[in-house]
Amino acid sequence: MSTSNPSQTTGGGTPIIKIRNFDFAYGDAQALFDINMDINEKEVTAFIGPSGCGKSTFLRCFNRMNDLIDIARIKAGEIKISDVNIYDKNVDAIELRKHVGMVFQKSNPFPKSIYDNIAYGLRIQGVKKKSELDEVVERCLRDAALWDEVKDRLSESALGMSGGQQQRLCIARALAVRPKILLMDEPCSALDPIATAKVEELIHELKKDYTIVIVTHSMQQAARVSDRTAFFYLGKLIEYGQTDQIFMNPRDPQTEAYISGRFG
Amino acid sequence: MKPFYQHELEDLRTKLILIGEKANEAARLAIDGFLEDDLSKLSQAISLDDAIDELEVEIDQASVRYITLRSPVSSDVRFILVAIKASHDLERAGDEAHNIALRAKNILHQDGRSGDTMTIKQMSQLTCLMMKDAITAFVEKDLELAHAVIQRDKEVNALHKENFKILTIGSADDSETSTSFQKVFISKSIERIADHAKNLAEEVIYLLK
Repeated sequence: MSTSNPSQTTGGGTPIIKIRNFDFAYGDAQALFDINMDINEKEVTAFIGPSGCGKSTFLRCFNRMNDLIDIARIKAGEIKISDVNIYDKNVDAIELRKHVGMVFQKSNPFPKSIYDNIAYGLRIQGVKKKSELDEVVERCLRDAALWDEVKDRLSESALGMSGGQQQRLCIARALAVRPKILLMDEPCSALDPIATAKVEELIHELKKDYTIVIVTHSMQQAARVSDRTAFFYLGKLIEYGQTDQIFMNPRDPQTEAYISGRFG
Repeated sequence: MKPFYQHELEDLRTKLILIGEKANEAARLAIDGFLEDDLSKLSQAISLDDAIDELEVEIDQASVRYITLRSPVSSDVRFILVAIKASHDLERAGDEAHNIALRAKNILHQDGRSGDTMTIKQMSQLTCLMMKDAITAFVEKDLELAHAVIQRDKEVNALHKENFKILTIGSADDSETSTSFQKVFISKSIERIADHAKNLAEEVIYLLK
């Protein structure tokens, strides 16, 4: 298994997230076992695996979303982002989440205008200058490939947008605070094929500036959008490598069985 | 809206055109080398074979990768299947050109000249044009031209039969018999190149229909 030597998993890229000997549990139930991997900067890394394999749990560890669950605890190991252990007691989880944004399965725009959805994060950081807010709103909507569709109705409610537009708005909102890393937990599972294609196109564009980690149940999506793929099963990282290699020539028989639909 | 990986299909198409051009060039050099007693052209034809083989492997790998990672459907999946089949045909045409060049070299080493080349010049003109047109039909998506290529194969077959009859009439001289055999094989290789051009034209029709 390629995880025995984590340095081999980056394949020449620059690791921004380093996970070492990571064990995670919900109460007495261990959810992740001895995970070792490096995630490269400005690449798309996909987590695949059957339901309950721990991939979303693992994703939520990167911005300490699991802190919000009382029984969640790290049993061993560490996660470093830009060489900082994010579970160090000196690290503020709120500050961390500015650098590690998240987009969820179901789009969750605020019941506010399109403009205010993007400006919200900056306003709570104390930015008041309208010209600065205008600039960020336009930049984020452009980056999320949404500007042309909504530029004439920025003051309208975000809840009136289509599902696909709402999801791209949530991506634009996450970009407003200039994160380094964008976590996506099944961002297209509620979208139709056209909206999915637009989000995938967006992911492809965003990786020029951001590191993206995506959890997906669609193996076709992982194959299409990611540079590297990690396959999880029963809380263990079974195989991690370049997406081409994982899908065309997986080394582990369990990976082969899963991606071929011959699992279980 | 074109997907962000559309360029991968364009790259595959470019590779397919390239292997077609190289196979056609190898055939032309091998046959001209034989007809003109030109060892240099024969060597050039032989040296093209590796590049053709490499391109076939690249096309195969890119096709398998595209099927695996991009889940193509409809005309895209037909294009990928054609890419795999056509590259195999063109690689085989390249192999035949390689064989022609080797046999022509043997004849030149033994006899110093190609001697009577019967209908081979006529056959080669038709065959190289078939190859060229089959590739053009693919590039230009020209259904009519693809059908025309298929029709011309019969003429090449008839010319090969003529050569076969003449060359298989036995000779008392062993060296002459050996040269005749080499020429039969050269004629057969040209006929096979025309078959591969015909196959390519059929694949174009499958793609366009």
